[in-house]
Amino acid sequence: MIRFEEVTKEYPDGTRAVKNLNLEIRKGEFVCLIGPSGCGKTTTLKMVNRLVEPTRGTIYVDGQDIMKVDPVHLRRRIGYVIQQIGLFPHMTIEENIALVPRLLGWDRERCRRRVEELLPLVGLDPDQYRHRYPRELSGGQQQRVGVLRALAAEPDLILMDEPFGALDPITREALQDELKKLQAKLHKTILFVTHDMDEALKLADRIVLMKDGEVVQDGSPEDLLRHPANDFVAAFIGRERMAQAVGATPVEELMIRRPVTAGPSKGLAEAVQLMRQKRVDSVVVVDEDNRLLGVVTARQIQQHRDRARTLGEIMSGEPACVEVGAPVTEALQRMFVERLDHLPVVDRERRLVGLITRTTLVDLLSREGWPNGSPGGSGQGVSA
Amino acid sequence: MAAFLSEFGSYLVSNADRLLELTVEHLQLSLAAVGFGLLVGIPGGVLMARFRRLVGPVLWVTNALQTVPALALAGFLMILFGLGRGTGIAVLFCYTLMPILRATYTGITSVDPALVEAARGMGMTRWQILRMVQLPLALSVLLVGVRVATVIAIGTATILSLIGAGGLGQEIFAGIRRVSDVRILAGAVPAALLAVLADAGISWLERRLTSPGLRVERSAAQS
Ligand SMILES: Nc1ncnc2c1ncn2[C@@H]1O[C@H](COP(=O)(O)OP(=O)(O)O)[C@@H](O)[C@H]1O
Ligand SMILES: [Mg+2]
Repeated sequence: MIRFEEVTKEYPDGTRAVKNLNLEIRKGEFVCLIGPSGCGKTTTLKMVNRLVEPTRGTIYVDGQDIMKVDPVHLRRRIGYVIQQIGLFPHMTIEENIALVPRLLGWDRERCRRRVEELLPLVGLDPDQYRHRYPRELSGGQQQRVGVLRALAAEPDLILMDEPFGALDPITREALQDELKKLQAKLHKTILFVTHDMDEALKLADRIVLMKDGEVVQDGSPEDLLRHPANDFVAAFIGRERMAQAVGATPVEELMIRRPVTAGPSKGLAEAVQLMRQKRVDSVVVVDEDNRLLGVVTARQIQQHRDRARTLGEIMSGEPACVEVGAPVTEALQRMFVERLDHLPVVDRERRLVGLITRTTLVDLLSREGWPNGSPGGSGQGVSA
Repeated sequence: MAAFLSEFGSYLVSNADRLLELTVEHLQLSLAAVGFGLLVGIPGGVLMARFRRLVGPVLWVTNALQTVPALALAGFLMILFGLGRGTGIAVLFCYTLMPILRATYTGITSVDPALVEAARGMGMTRWQILRMVQLPLALSVLLVGVRVATVIAIGTATILSLIGAGGLGQEIFAGIRRVSDVRILAGAVPAALLAVLADAGISWLERRLTSPGLRVERSAAQS
């Protein structure tokens, strides 16, 4: 739907607002452009409808190089919503909404019907509101009309530049919810600029985070929260949100993937040898099919070494475990409540796939505070 | 005083036709000048708003014109237009130009840039933005300029009878020559009335032409 190829924008005063941008936005995507003030979000957005023209590079909309299209025609098929709302105060609500259709030459009747169809979408009664003037509406209502105005001529693509930025928090949330509902119904392609991470996380299918005119990270809200590309992204997202998101991480991302295992018939002396060798303090007992039987710790072996000979004899009967896909928070909570040092992770067939230990908690904390290593799970094969 | 008033009244009655003719002439002269002022001033103001480099020089010239005494201006313009109404209208035009240019320029530049940007982003052409957004929003400021221009024109027109432009000035100067208070007033009072009426007329026009959407704004701002 939109493609930026090597796009650079340098303002006449020498400010390089956008640097060598490559970005593709697919049909039906809701993409949030986010970043600190001055990072080039607005410039990027305005290049799409040619309110700003790129210094270098090419932008395609619907496969067409926009520099080869008449800007007036281009803009009439792209919806545009700005933070300042920008309703024309001397026109009625109806005239404001029907403006682009009128520019496109729709007849009066068709415009009227379109307005009648649109106003209820945001909960405004056409009979009550169509003949009012913008001043007679609250800020939230005005921006609802602002969104409708962008939708009026049925564009496939809509650009929004911090549309809810000037509204109070309650109204803002209400409008976000409405926009989300509208999008679920209409499936437009939306490029949405914001500097509010909560807003981006709530609305976007995809978040493009910018800094100094460059894309720092481009991915789903999940990606950003769970695998921030660098310190800047992590700081921008904020500890709190990441902690929340990390808590929702499935256990398999943090578990030890190849815990030390042994069969139930393994002798205690051998088991101790094994633990020493692998420098761990526990061993997971499994059968030949790798099905979980129990966990034995070094301390248990020490306590039972006079009376027992094999692991099978001292392991607890019904070992606690979690299934793949459970959130890490749930696992940690169980470990805390049931006073467990180790929690095996199993698949549907109770086959062992990993182990959560207290070190997992340390990993988790380091993630919240950011950063230490490879996204996608902690080290392998070494338990505490 | 009473004697004077009755004398004044009977003079008005017996010269009603001629005075009415002079009044109409006066009004025509002034309105023609304002008309040309609008014709040049509005496009001029629009151009100034678009090409800001013009603002300084244009305002300097029109300001300078404004300070030249009417009769001196008439002297210069007579070379072009000869003795009579043509020169009269040209002189008045010079005086109406500055307020109209300035008001147009101010009106257009005071339109919220976000609105203009929104208009552009929606795919309006420059002309459509001017006609559908900038001028309607600049209207009340523009009309202030028109009002000033009209009042100046009506007032200054009285002097221009000296160069044969006609109008109520004829009566006033005839009164001065003959030291007749009655005749001076018979010219001055209708001229003053014209100015007051023109002022009221333009206020009325402003109310008629301004969108209710903007009127609400003003009353809201006052409350
Ligand atoms: N018209 C302009 N002329 C010069 N510099 C500009 C202009 N518009 C924006 N900039 C500069 O370009 C950079 C990016 O601006 P912008 O795209 O508005 O950022 P954002 O929307 O992310 O806050 C900033 O440094 C800003 O000062
Ligand atoms: Mg911006």
